[in-house]
Amino acid sequence: MQTIPKDKFTIVGVEPDSADIIARPPINYWKDAWRRFKQNKIAVIALIVLLLLVFMCIFAPIFSPYEYETIDKEARNVGPCAAHWFGTDKLGRDMFTRVWIGGRVSIIIGIAGALISMTVGCIYGGIAAYFGGIVDNIMMRIVEVLIAVPYLIVVILMSVVLEDSNIGTLLLAMTITGWCGTARFVRSEMLRIKNEEYTLAAQLLGVSPWKIVTRHFIPNTMGIIIVNITFSIPGYIFSEAFLSYMGLGIQPPGTSWGALASAAQSQFTFYPYLLFFPVLMIALTMLCFTLIGDGLRDALDPKARK
Amino acid sequence: MGKYIIKRTFFAFLTLIAVVTITFFLMRSIPGDPLAGMARALPEETKQAFYAKYGLDKPLFEQYLIYMKGLFHGDLGESIRYAGRPVMKTIAETSPISGLYGGIALVLGTLTGVILGIVAALNKNRWPDYIVMFIAILGTTLPVFVLISLAQWVFGVKLGWLPPSGWGELKHMILPIAVSAFGSVATYARYVKASMLDTLDQDYVLTAKAKGLSDFQVITRHVLRNSLMPSVTIFAGSVVGVFTGAFVTERMFAIPGIGFYYISSINNNDYTMVLGTTVFYAVLFIVMQLVLDIVYTLIDPRIRVSGKK
Repeated sequence: MQTIPKDKFTIVGVEPDSADIIARPPINYWKDAWRRFKQNKIAVIALIVLLLLVFMCIFAPIFSPYEYETIDKEARNVGPCAAHWFGTDKLGRDMFTRVWIGGRVSIIIGIAGALISMTVGCIYGGIAAYFGGIVDNIMMRIVEVLIAVPYLIVVILMSVVLEDSNIGTLLLAMTITGWCGTARFVRSEMLRIKNEEYTLAAQLLGVSPWKIVTRHFIPNTMGIIIVNITFSIPGYIFSEAFLSYMGLGIQPPGTSWGALASAAQSQFTFYPYLLFFPVLMIALTMLCFTLIGDGLRDALDPKARK
Repeated sequence: MGKYIIKRTFFAFLTLIAVVTITFFLMRSIPGDPLAGMARALPEETKQAFYAKYGLDKPLFEQYLIYMKGLFHGDLGESIRYAGRPVMKTIAETSPISGLYGGIALVLGTLTGVILGIVAALNKNRWPDYIVMFIAILGTTLPVFVLISLAQWVFGVKLGWLPPSGWGELKHMILPIAVSAFGSVATYARYVKASMLDTLDQDYVLTAKAKGLSDFQVITRHVLRNSLMPSVTIFAGSVVGVFTGAFVTERMFAIPGIGFYYISSINNNDYTMVLGTTVFYAVLFIVMQLVLDIVYTLIDPRIRVSGKK
């Protein structure tokens, strides 16, 4: 073995504090999740496509030379061409504009529906789990009753009762019992955390209940709740499409992807493009939310981590 | 165990009464009048006679009591729109039709879905997995009415193999069954694949392999049994879906099933019919959940403990 002369070495000295210096910026849960989400190429692509769709829904109708409700007798049932990219419907309305206007309604209903039912469900399930005992028992019995009516029946009945179909009433019809599933799931999730050792430790140390809720319960369920929101959005878009097919959805001249698709469905052998574009948008949105949800689950759920 | 079942049954019964009550008052609050849908100008006396016949002239709460009394005797009243047609009879005639093709579709779809899910999980990230996931995505991203339109057009019009719609012969059943089954194939394939991949990662599977069991034995004895549990949960939901989810299918294929009548009775403001059918759906759903709960306690000992809370 070669000997190295002593003068090649220099004493750099040891600073006792240097061991404690944090070399890299600290990574919290969300940064960590985002880093992991970015590694999932499919999910990132889905996110980009979805943002693109949202972007088009917001801006395309503004810059389009046509209004979505303007009837043009000269240009009825025109196929896709330079003037009308997606063609026109039987009243001569520009489909390109209509598809993006419809997208606004569909996406708003999807996101708002998921958010509303998630919020209500979280509060309800959280209260039930936190108080436990008789309160929990009564609250969960109520949920059981509400869940016992098949979901579609509730939606149909509610939209019939509410008569006037706009985004607000549709959302009400869809979320009136839609939150029950969430409440159940949030409750069981909270109960699990309530029994964890760290909650017990916090209680033993005399941490106030409010702080336990905000520091332990909420952050630990947040990830799963976000994943759930992502997965339930397609369900609301689908329900809206179903209601539109039943004639209980958004009323003309307003429109949505579901309404466009169901209107086109009866004549699609003659004008396939009328069906194609709305359905393509529905399918793309569904797919994006599902793939993003998959990515988020892998990123946010510590248990699913491989 | 017996006490648990009795308790569950009691609560199921309470739930049922609550559901009927809610639906009853909801239906009565719907704007519009069943008469308005039939004839415009009726003499006032005829209208009064009509209301009296169906008890619509009585106070709301009395109507409710009468309805509940009838319900306990298995009498759901008479259709308002079609006089002389008891609701019970309509349900008894139409629900077997929905149940028949829906049931076949459910069984076929579930089996296919489970098998495809298993295939996908065992061939993760290889071509069988991709094909199965493509089918699953197709089944979950297309609205059912679009799927039906396409199926009717391709097989009914273009190829001319099957009648696009109608009811009565065996060949009429093939397309509705295929379309309804497609939905369950997609759902089950996804679920089974996910839960199977989960199970494959478990320590006991590793142990089984380490013991020297053949792959076949590991999968049938250890993996399948444990990974099919979540499917049992969604199965109960799909049984009700056979009846409720069929609204679109029955309307588009012109199948005289219960979903078909449900929608038309909603459009006609046929109070008794809508109420009766909703009650029927709710009973079905509640009974299914009760059965599921009991079955669950039988097959999964872990739930027997926590289920009592």
